Amino acid sequence: MTGGPAEPIRPIFWNIHENYPWAEVSQYVLGSLAALLFLWGVYRHFARWRTGKPEAILPAWPVRIRAFIQFALLQGRLASDRYALTMHLAIFLGMCALFIGTALATVDLDVTHLFFGFQFLRGDFYLGFKLVLDLFAAVLLVGLGLAFWRRYALKPERLKTLTHPTFPLDSFYLLAILFLIGTTGLITEALRLAASQPPWAGWSPVGNLLAAAFRPLPEPALRAAHIGVWSVHGLLAFGFIALVPQSKAFHMVSSSVSIFLRNLGAVGALPAGDPAGVATMRDFTWRQLLQFDACTWCGRCQEQCPAYASGMPLSPKDLVLKLDQRLIRGAKPASGGNGAAGAAATLHDGTVGTAELWACTTCRACEEVCPVFIEQPRAIVDLRRYLVSQGTMDKTAQDALNHLNRYGNSFGKSDRMRAKWTQPLVTKIKDARMEPVEYLWFTGDYASYDPRVEDITRKTAELFQLAGLDFGLLYEGERNAGNDLRRVGEEGLFEVLRDKNLQVLEKAQFKHIVTTDPHTYNTLKHEYPWNGNGVTVLHHTEVLDRLLEERRLTPKKRLTGRVTYHDPCYLGRYNGVYDPPRRVLARLGLELVEMPRNRDRSYCCGAGGGRIWMEDVPGIKERPAESRIREVAGLGGVSTLVVSCPKDIAMFRDAVKTTDNEGKIVVKDLAEFVWEAMQG
Amino acid sequence: MADGILILAEHLKGEVADITFEMLCAGRRLADARGVSLRMALVGNEVAALAQQLGLADEVLVVSAPSLEVPAASTVAALLKSLMEKESAGLVLLGGTNATMGVGSILSARTDLPFVSYCKDMKADGADVLVTSQLFGGKILTNVRLPGGRGVVSVSTGSFPADAGRSEKAPPVRNVEVPLEASPVTFRSFIAPPAGDVDITKQDILVALGRGIQTQDNIALGEELAALLGGAVCGSRPVIDQGWLPLTRQVGKSGMTVKPRLYLALGISGAPEHQEGMKDSPMIIAVNTDPGAPIFDVAKYGVVMDLFELVEPLKAAIEAKKAGA
Amino acid sequence: MNLFVLLKTVPDTVEELTVAADGKSLDPEWLRFKLSDSDEHALEQAFLLKEKHGGTVTVVALDAPEVEEALFQALAKGADRAVKLTGELGGVQSLAAARLFAGFLKSAGAVGGDALVLLRSQAIDDLEGEIGPFLADLLGMPYLGVVVAVAPGDGGLTVTKEFAGGMRGEFTLPVAAVLGIQAAEKPPRYVPIAKVRAAMKSSTLETVEVTPDSPARFPIEKMYKPEAAGRAEMLEGSPEEVANRLVDLLANQSLI
Repeated sequence: MTGGPAEPIRPIFWNIHENYPWAEVSQYVLGSLAALLFLWGVYRHFARWRTGKPEAILPAWPVRIRAFIQFALLQGRLASDRYALTMHLAIFLGMCALFIGTALATVDLDVTHLFFGFQFLRGDFYLGFKLVLDLFAAVLLVGLGLAFWRRYALKPERLKTLTHPTFPLDSFYLLAILFLIGTTGLITEALRLAASQPPWAGWSPVGNLLAAAFRPLPEPALRAAHIGVWSVHGLLAFGFIALVPQSKAFHMVSSSVSIFLRNLGAVGALPAGDPAGVATMRDFTWRQLLQFDACTWCGRCQEQCPAYASGMPLSPKDLVLKLDQRLIRGAKPASGGNGAAGAAATLHDGTVGTAELWACTTCRACEEVCPVFIEQPRAIVDLRRYLVSQGTMDKTAQDALNHLNRYGNSFGKSDRMRAKWTQPLVTKIKDARMEPVEYLWFTGDYASYDPRVEDITRKTAELFQLAGLDFGLLYEGERNAGNDLRRVGEEGLFEVLRDKNLQVLEKAQFKHIVTTDPHTYNTLKHEYPWNGNGVTVLHHTEVLDRLLEERRLTPKKRLTGRVTYHDPCYLGRYNGVYDPPRRVLARLGLELVEMPRNRDRSYCCGAGGGRIWMEDVPGIKERPAESRIREVAGLGGVSTLVVSCPKDIAMFRDAVKTTDNEGKIVVKDLAEFVWEAMQG
Repeated sequence: MADGILILAEHLKGEVADITFEMLCAGRRLADARGVSLRMALVGNEVAALAQQLGLADEVLVVSAPSLEVPAASTVAALLKSLMEKESAGLVLLGGTNATMGVGSILSARTDLPFVSYCKDMKADGADVLVTSQLFGGKILTNVRLPGGRGVVSVSTGSFPADAGRSEKAPPVRNVEVPLEASPVTFRSFIAPPAGDVDITKQDILVALGRGIQTQDNIALGEELAALLGGAVCGSRPVIDQGWLPLTRQVGKSGMTVKPRLYLALGISGAPEHQEGMKDSPMIIAVNTDPGAPIFDVAKYGVVMDLFELVEPLKAAIEAKKAGA
Repeated sequence: MNLFVLLKTVPDTVEELTVAADGKSLDPEWLRFKLSDSDEHALEQAFLLKEKHGGTVTVVALDAPEVEEALFQALAKGADRAVKLTGELGGVQSLAAARLFAGFLKSAGAVGGDALVLLRSQAIDDLEGEIGPFLADLLGMPYLGVVVAVAPGDGGLTVTKEFAGGMRGEFTLPVAAVLGIQAAEKPPRYVPIAKVRAAMKSSTLETVEVTPDSPARFPIEKMYKPEAAGRAEMLEGSPEEVANRLVDLLANQSLI
């Protein structure tokens, strides 16, 4: 054992400094080169984002910083998959710790020692430093081990990647190179410890353990091995850093930026866009381009997507990656050979498909789980706007749009018949166009025109009347509120209907708007210009909850039975209204059994995004509504599905028939239960 | 004596169409009521043999020439005008079919006589003739007066009983030479629909699917039902236009005319163009969610229900009956 | 190609049609108008021909409620000119309409040249498709109706017409013709509202004042709604009950 300095202190380029000075110099040279390449690569990504259209950022810095800590540093959205969370935190924190450690070491040597003649990595601090780093190195390697196991042994479906924006073996490369860097780092340490054998070696437990294997070797051999492994470690590390912008590893930068600069607007407020839609990458905004780059290929979106699960040609993951690939590699020349005309092919010429874009129900399950806050539905709607401008859509969808234009409803029925459902009512409902009301009931297409739903609408009316609610209708003045028109990509038609509705609404006097249709609810709440004049938009379940609580409705009998509840996409995931319907069920005495996919993980019925107007795609495996009914059947002992959206009634009652559950499962609206409880 | 009645015979590929017999039935009644002659114009190429079937007419005038195989509307109109003048006919009856489309209009323009289309009924009224015509998909009827009983009328298929227009008697036949107006519209050839596996006109039982079937996948439901009943599937125009069933399965004005013992119409609204193709079936059962659907006017039994709610119970009931009986 | 498309609106049957007090016409109170399906197909066929063979599309319509939107839609879809014929057009029937169109086409130099005129084959207010043949005869042009395909070539047109029983016939005629389009080769295209509004802002409709000749040559003596005579016997009940009843009926007729 050689006598060393009495105090623990970080050795300066042990072995390197005295024996291989060229290596020490090279390290700085290559290190700087790597850093420059890294910065240049980052800049190139940044320049590509900037080719997008402008988009304003809501400052809200405190919110953004908190969100960054929660979602970027602490990986908040990975929590639903414990294995993934553990594994990724291990790798992430491991690399962070080691990076910080290397940074401190550099400062220690090249700043404090070089300029001020002292080192701070000494004494107890240094010992703590060594311990922490060693442990995190082990954590890193364990994390990588878990990752390898998951990717190549467990092989979860969502990790399969069809489109590689960078290069096909990127995922393997990333794990492999980090693994090699980690192990070479530990081996370098082990070789040094084996050779120099400082008394505090025990403070590097992992390295010390390894060193035991090397100790028998003669010192020259150890030193030779050391320089070798150290060089490999250096080259790998610098290579990795330089290549970060060219590989999947870049998500460290892009994902962080995406999380930090995410869209803080209400999720129900679809950002406006050019009615002509997106045809090339430059038609997206810079934030959208950044988001495509931020994708980590994790596939959580695909896993949640009802279109993907039914076998339709849409995978949100693949769509985003195709767009990212296009962003990185640039446009292909126009199909048709020469491309000399200079016209690059649009995204619709082979990158994204028509059926792919029309398959989306805009349920937002993808967006809700994305760890880096990519807005997939928004990109799909932007691309759809282009399809609409070209008239590329199903005949039935076209018919629906023509009907909406002419009659203000998708059924093709006369606008004069919109309030026909009120005829059987004993007490006439107030006309909100003629007299002021407290609650303006905006019924929506399905509640007004669909024969399967009319009865429920009437029962809801009777409940409001029983509770003495001061409410009224717009009667024939009401038109489709336009939520699904925006999501289908027909901005122009949305504006026409919205303006027609506003004309009537402006003349009416009311304090609140109530609707039974979550789609109507969403657009009235977020996409109509109430100009802060205090109009609140409520869903009928919220109103029923309130009426029951205030005892304006007192059930005459207690209902019994086990039921389950389907959270509509536009009420739940879009607007966070989960509890009022549940409270109502509880107050009525019903026992609620939750489905596995509930609340923000609710599984879409398949009607949204205009899909209810479109033809069924042939050869799909299982319609989303059928999957949901099977989920209900799987609960065991539950034969009633409670819904609170008129389109759910239509979709699920059909699915009950097509899954042969006729007579076994019943689908009813929440209002029907309240009404039943009010019958003496 | 007032001018007589002239009917243009409808025939395709050697067969006299039913509408011709319908017109003979209506024409005969009218001619007898008014005491005028009823003549038949048989126009085509080598069609004299068909004259034998047209016994209810007082006389059959044959105008035959190769260029008249599938003549242009203006040619036929000019020809009829000549015949009207030569034979003192004041009222011309035409079949409301695709083949004669345009003839009535041009003849009316050139003779300055009223033209009434989609005639469902005709009757003598003094010196005049009153024609009942259908408009707006059957929702509105109009009565038009033909002063002196002179005019051009296009008769909607299925308005009169074809059988009442048939006769065993052979009519007098006369070949007529008429100057033919040349037309730049030249017939080249027929395009037969691709041969289907099934001739729906020969089926005893047809399950007819309309727009209410909603998707191509659901056609299978209709096929299952048809199989259980021992029949075949056919469709209305929207279903064929979508490509869900071949052309040979189309029932209606541009498709086939069928008369199966059972016509089960599922999700068909029953527009006049479709009704033309099936209304004479002895047993028509219609299922539609719209109680105002015109199909219920020709059906024997009607059910206002979503066809998807009825199909499975119906299949089960049929199977039970077949097993029990 | 020098294409002309003639449009005429029809009553929209989505509204209940009622007879006016005079017993001879439709009650105009809730009457709405739209282009017939056949009109839409004629327009689409014109665009398809223009896309494939070049040329211009001029759309001409008789003034009527809601016809302006149809004309702007046509412009948004790609028409080069849109013309509205205005005047005392109430009650104009087919022959009078044909005369008005003929007058315009003559003044537009569309006769005696290579102008191809497309219009509806038939519509709910004109089941024999009278306007086309009247127009053709007035202008001395050939006419063919129930057209489902149009292919220019060899200095003329090869046109496919539908007969009964799924049978079709192929005809040749010169380009200067009047065709009644039953169905275009593709379904009528969709044009987004944004484009229609843009057309409304950037283009103007030409208006041509016209005078129709005397009203209907043969007035309607009476207009009425049919009695629901011979209606079906309606079966009521649950699906199972109805199914059993139907099966009994069929068994009685020895159909099962």
